[in-house]
Amino acid sequence: MREPKTANHREPLVRIAKRSDISQGKAWLIRAVAILLALLTGGLIILALGHNPIAVYKEMITSSLGKPRGIRETVKKAVPLLGCALAIAPAFRMKFWNIGAEGQILAGGIAASYFALFWYDKLPGPVLLLVMALAGLVVGGIWGLIPAFFKAKWGTNETLFTLMLNYIVLGIVRFLQAGPWGPGLNPTSAYPKIPMFDDAARLPQVFGVHIGWIVVLLLTAVMFWYLNYTKHGYEIAVVGESVNTAQYAGMRVPQIIVRTMLLSGAISGFVGFLQVAGASYTLTESTAGGIGFTAITVAWLAKLNPFVMILIALFLGVLEKGADTIQTVYQIPASAAEMLTGLILFFMLGCEFFIQYRLLFRRKGARHE
Amino acid sequence: MSNWLNFIAAAVAASAPLLFGTLGEILTEKSGNLNLGVEGMMFMGGVAGIAGSYCYELAAGSGYNGWISALVAVICAFGAGMFGALLYSVLTVSLRVNQNVAGLALTIFGTGFGNFFGEVLGNAAGGFVSVGERTKAVFNGVTGLDGPGKLLFSYNFMVYLGLVLAVVLAWFLNSSRKGLNLRSVGESPATADAAGINVTRYKYLATCLGGGICGLGGMYIVMATQGGTWVHNCINGKGWIAVALVIFATWSPLRALVGSLVFGGLSVMRFYFPFGGNIYAPIYDIAPYIATVLVLIAVSIRQRRESQPPNSLGLAYFREER
Repeated sequence: MREPKTANHREPLVRIAKRSDISQGKAWLIRAVAILLALLTGGLIILALGHNPIAVYKEMITSSLGKPRGIRETVKKAVPLLGCALAIAPAFRMKFWNIGAEGQILAGGIAASYFALFWYDKLPGPVLLLVMALAGLVVGGIWGLIPAFFKAKWGTNETLFTLMLNYIVLGIVRFLQAGPWGPGLNPTSAYPKIPMFDDAARLPQVFGVHIGWIVVLLLTAVMFWYLNYTKHGYEIAVVGESVNTAQYAGMRVPQIIVRTMLLSGAISGFVGFLQVAGASYTLTESTAGGIGFTAITVAWLAKLNPFVMILIALFLGVLEKGADTIQTVYQIPASAAEMLTGLILFFMLGCEFFIQYRLLFRRKGARHE
Repeated sequence: MSNWLNFIAAAVAASAPLLFGTLGEILTEKSGNLNLGVEGMMFMGGVAGIAGSYCYELAAGSGYNGWISALVAVICAFGAGMFGALLYSVLTVSLRVNQNVAGLALTIFGTGFGNFFGEVLGNAAGGFVSVGERTKAVFNGVTGLDGPGKLLFSYNFMVYLGLVLAVVLAWFLNSSRKGLNLRSVGESPATADAAGINVTRYKYLATCLGGGICGLGGMYIVMATQGGTWVHNCINGKGWIAVALVIFATWSPLRALVGSLVFGGLSVMRFYFPFGGNIYAPIYDIAPYIATVLVLIAVSIRQRRESQPPNSLGLAYFREER
């Protein structure tokens, strides 16, 4: 007698099953393993270049967290990352893919620089800084508003729109630097460069880092409250989950999109103000310097939770400061930070799958019932 | 008149990397995968291409052959682009990660990868890395032509390869069985699955091959546009323009030819029709980006039936969640 044919059906090698629930501890364990694997992969690359990965990583950590000066540098790098991640959070929760934070930072930076360069002798110090901050907020907000308007009215692809605006505003900065604000204002400089700000247009420091870090920390708490405990935050979440549901519930979706992007752009513009008035005291092509993109990583890895963003921003600050150091110590290019960030992002994104699903392997000799 | 001729020839040469990026992304998007990592894959392809050529020249010594060097660059760039796309596919198709975020991650990673290895290569070569004269000559195309000859025959082999690729891709998508299957995967994966098409396999293959083609675009920028040297951040948004050109071309490989030519022209315009001196150069340089924005707006306002994206673009397909 032949066996029925179904008995030969074997289970697939791997099956996927949704986890019904997973403890927070186990979820974080999986994420920690993912980060370790990412660092391990980065370590292999360092090894392939002929360096000792452990020594290199150790150098990165001690240089960024070992001495007070290193810590200050790290915090200086983390502040704009955190600020910009906070700007991105509401847009991303709304599933509005704002990858134009880079341009919104520059737009805010240009506006703040205008007042720093042309109004520093006409306004008293604190007022000048306040006006600069406001200018950054407003112009950054407008720069964020443009793509939102077209998205809300015609559904124009916001990913590409916001991105193209980055290059456009970068061109404007280069133009200002090459012409009106460069040699025009700074004729003694050997190469076109926007002059350094007057002392009145520089942010005061607290514990050796410009005061922006306090503002950004306050903003973190405010953003947490805004996203989780206000009507606006709720509307953003609903639009992000389903535009149809939002419309059915009577929400005015276009208005929510425009309003949220105005906020997102304004915060980015404020970060631009912090960069020119607190970090570099002038406007350059690298005022944004990839912050807008790295901040996306920060926001997403923190699952858009503002308080977790503090940790991630510091972690990436350590990576960037460490990468600067290993460039001088080991001649490993500083772009290593960017590559490592990408690797960590890959592993962290991938590991979410293993938090949500279980893999069931075929047991030896198991047969389909 | 000859200024116009030179301008058009330069526009064609400048359009090639955009064309490769656009064609690669069209193939990818036809499978329903919106891969925003084109910029990253171009960086990876670019650095792998120059690394391949450089290593081949080192290995072959002074008797190296420019054409073999170029071939090595093509293979390495294609492979690196595929590798980037493979990472993306594993994340989005198998591990169910959001496509937008995975694409951005690929761009961040690829940009770092390209600049990192570009500088490592430069350090190893003592300052900056550059390929040999014979390799450069291959990528310079035929020089010394004039008139219509220049317009038609002066380009390097990659330009003609891009042209052929566009025609082949158009035929593949519109007239072949496999192309039809691929399009059905992008339009409605559940239907395709029910018809017995292996959705996962099509998505992986289309995305990886598309990534390889994008990698060629990056290689072109490094080997031809930059003259065979690695320049920090040399891709500089070309990958993103390619993503936008896919929309401009409304997912048609033949219209991608027109689109990339227009944008190639915009990017070299200032060398042929200058105004106002050097300080206005940055303003000129943003013309392609402004044009992209205008195109995006125009396409979204004129919602025509035949110019719509694949229906399931950007959406993941999980069989058990139907």
